[in-house]
Amino acid sequence: MNDKDKLKEVVDQAIADQQVPHVKLKKMGPSSVDIEKLTKPSKETHQEYWGKGLTYFAIGLIIVLVVSIIGFVGYHGLATFIDNHVNVFHFLTSTDWDPGEGKNHVGAAVMIVTSFAVTLLAALVATPFAVAIALYMTEYSSKKGASFLQSVTELLVGIPSVVYGFLGLTIIIPVIRTLFGGTGFGILAATLVLFVMVLPTITSLTVDSLKAVPSHFRKASMALGATHWQTIYHVVLRVATPRILTAVIFGMARAFGEALAVQMVIGNAVLMPYNLVSPSATLTSQLTSQMGNTVMGTLPNNALWSLALLLLIMSLVFNFLVKLIGKRGQK
Amino acid sequence: MTTIISAKDVHLSYGNYEALHGVNLNFQEKELTALIGPSGCGKSTFLRCLNRMNDDIENIKITGEIKFEGQNIYSSKMDLVKLRKEVGMVFQQPTPFPFSVYDNVAYGLKIAGVKDKDLIDQRVEESLKQAAIWKETKDNLKRNAQAFSGGQQQRICIARALAVRPKVVLLDEPTSALDPISSSEIEETLMELKHQYTFIMVTHNLQQAGRISDQTAFLMNGDLIEAGPTEEMFIAPEKQITSDYLNGRFG
Repeated sequence: MNDKDKLKEVVDQAIADQQVPHVKLKKMGPSSVDIEKLTKPSKETHQEYWGKGLTYFAIGLIIVLVVSIIGFVGYHGLATFIDNHVNVFHFLTSTDWDPGEGKNHVGAAVMIVTSFAVTLLAALVATPFAVAIALYMTEYSSKKGASFLQSVTELLVGIPSVVYGFLGLTIIIPVIRTLFGGTGFGILAATLVLFVMVLPTITSLTVDSLKAVPSHFRKASMALGATHWQTIYHVVLRVATPRILTAVIFGMARAFGEALAVQMVIGNAVLMPYNLVSPSATLTSQLTSQMGNTVMGTLPNNALWSLALLLLIMSLVFNFLVKLIGKRGQK
Repeated sequence: MTTIISAKDVHLSYGNYEALHGVNLNFQEKELTALIGPSGCGKSTFLRCLNRMNDDIENIKITGEIKFEGQNIYSSKMDLVKLRKEVGMVFQQPTPFPFSVYDNVAYGLKIAGVKDKDLIDQRVEESLKQAAIWKETKDNLKRNAQAFSGGQQQRICIARALAVRPKVVLLDEPTSALDPISSSEIEETLMELKHQYTFIMVTHNLQQAGRISDQTAFLMNGDLIEAGPTEEMFIAPEKQITSDYLNGRFG
């Protein structure tokens, strides 16, 4: 039998190839083991200590940094309320912002409202576009197209915010001015600038979330007679939703913290926005535009620190939300 | 016995590599056919041809003819969505969606546009009963399907495939990722169902093929070596190589 012979040949070869381990063991007798060497730390163990020490040092440094930043911002931010006796409730709800005039004129409500308005609007406008682009990149386009779009989004992330602000100032402001009248500065302009800025962030994170959906879900759905779109809509997006929400929150955190570009198009007047094209100010824009005009330790300066503290707290909230949604998604 | 799927001279190649060299095989209605053979012999590839799950692979070329109820499934007129509703599939790894059991089983109906809630409820219950998983799931239909054990998940997947009432169900090594007890439970499930559905199953487990299949097809290196009723094949195979494989001399 030809096949049998072949099989035998293969097996014989395998046995011949096999190296028998006990031959090597015989060469190394117990006498050659150096007891001294075995009981002392080896070179590799020392490396281990070094490596461990280095990582602990780096972590310690980061912890000290974070604690001192929070401590510093907290100390100055709370000084407004402790040393200058500003009412916290007043600070959060009053629209009267003129800290130079005394403790009854430190109301940050305008900045809070405007900051949240631009953040939410920008995320609201950017998310559908980001999800659509991400879906195109992961589900429809060729590999070449996807990698091209990938580099475009990376480029958009890399452009400095001052450039976005400048573009907004030169293009968006005049357009809004001619369309809606007024100065053109305001929430609408800030939203549009932030839209372009957070779009790549949300897109690239959404792409990651869609790629993380195991392909066997897609196959299983297709095998049940689902079309490509049905699979995307009913399975892929549904499975990816927690991570897409995380992407949106990351985008919102970026929008909330963006200072320079927003400052250039928001108008920088501490006025409650009564529509989308009236000049206003955000927490960040107020900080950047006023920080050079105050003296350390005075109420106006402390009031700015309070705004900074508010920003810090908000970024902690965003982080917390990301964690929370991540946990929900794992269930 | 009526033939439900017939494959004629099926060649399949990835780029320059030909994985199937002309397979001719008929599948009878309401029988369980086992496809056996060593790893890499093309049995899973052939199985996936039967509901066109290979279509998305790049550089793939399939020639020959596969007829489902007399219609060539590779003709340009064939509606893929309709074909896959008739020819369902269960994969090697249990692949329940991370939704509730109910949503999993109802998925095929939902995408088929069934809106009638009573009908869906009824089908979900029927399918879970058919897949012998109703007892474990009836009290927690809202529970995430991925919270169940591997064997239970696989039976949920079988229920999901059955819910759209396919004529044929393709099984790609449905028990190889499972422990022996779960496997035997799946086997029992298939034994009970094979009078209602046509099953085509790829398996590495020869004993399993012997236990539950009506027809067995032996593939090797992309060729169909031999096919026939399981008993005849296991007792008196026509070809020496089949006998060698069945007796564990290689593979």
